[in-house]
Amino acid sequence: MSADQTQLAFDWSCRIMSDNGCGFPAPGLHSFLFKPLATVGGFEFNKVMLLALLTSILVVAFFWAAFGKAKVIPGKLQMVGEAGYDFVRRGIVYETLGKREGEKYVPLMVSLFFFIWIMNIWSVIPLAQFPVSSVFAFPVVLAALVWILWVSVTFKRHGFVGFFKNVTGYDKSLGGVLPLVMVIEFLSNLIVRPFTHAVRLFANMFAGHLMLVMFTVASWYLLNSWMVPAAGVSFVMTIVMILFELFVQAVQAYVFVLLACSYLQGALAEHH
Amino acid sequence: MAATETLAAVSGSLGSIGYGLAAIGPGVGVGIIFGNGTQALARQPEAAGLIRANQILGFAFCEALALIGIVMPFVFGK
Repeated sequence: MSADQTQLAFDWSCRIMSDNGCGFPAPGLHSFLFKPLATVGGFEFNKVMLLALLTSILVVAFFWAAFGKAKVIPGKLQMVGEAGYDFVRRGIVYETLGKREGEKYVPLMVSLFFFIWIMNIWSVIPLAQFPVSSVFAFPVVLAALVWILWVSVTFKRHGFVGFFKNVTGYDKSLGGVLPLVMVIEFLSNLIVRPFTHAVRLFANMFAGHLMLVMFTVASWYLLNSWMVPAAGVSFVMTIVMILFELFVQAVQAYVFVLLACSYLQGALAEHH
Repeated sequence: MAATETLAAVSGSLGSIGYGLAAIGPGVGVGIIFGNGTQALARQPEAAGLIRANQILGFAFCEALALIGIVMPFVFGK
């Protein structure tokens, strides 16, 4: 797509029943492409990257402020930080990996959770209004990080032969279907799983953003002659969708980290 | 060989019909998960944490199919 198409194509004069005869400016892939804000040495820096950068700064700054000078009797900020940290630790890591094995992975999972959550929340923040994770590269890198961690932990824990036994779900008692199971498990664990791990987060935010843009644009588009009540319905739907998205954003961050933990659980488990 | 003759044609977005079909399976799956999850919660309220975590995990696995359905028209569409 060319550079001049990259801004959200929205024509203010485009209304239903108006004479200029333009149709509904439906959102599409062009809603996800941005003009570069600045070019630094041939490197195009756009809004998505700015939001991603802000996200990491926010996460680091928040936990720095909360735990930088940790006290035995926590202040307000430290209380919030501890609640968030403990939610991931007790609710996700301990539930899947257990207390003894899991403790080592808590910092990674906490950072992943809050990084993803804030990246998603940009979707409903005025002026930002774009979920960073709806650009496929971001979930891909995060899923690749988890995948590499999973592979290396499996190697470390089970050795070379053990790795393949673990990955292919080797089990002698299966008998004749064992080769088939091994092929399916191998493909599923090494290729399909990281793919769906990334796609799940990406597609949720992608679909959510499309829906928000559609109802928002439709509210303006319908605001003409006798269609005004329809614009009202569309506006109410926008509000409802924003509330629903707030829920989905948290759930997706939770699911991403929960899945990362359950993959690690497979790596840490003793094979039989 | 007789020349092929067009008896019927479809115009408009086939992708939307495809997505409707693709959403049936995940819809049933998500329904089963939350139905059984609610039942499990009613039977054993003390296991709420474990049930909820597994419920959301199963929901995510099911939902992934529907979401891949949303994205595919953008990938393979013209």
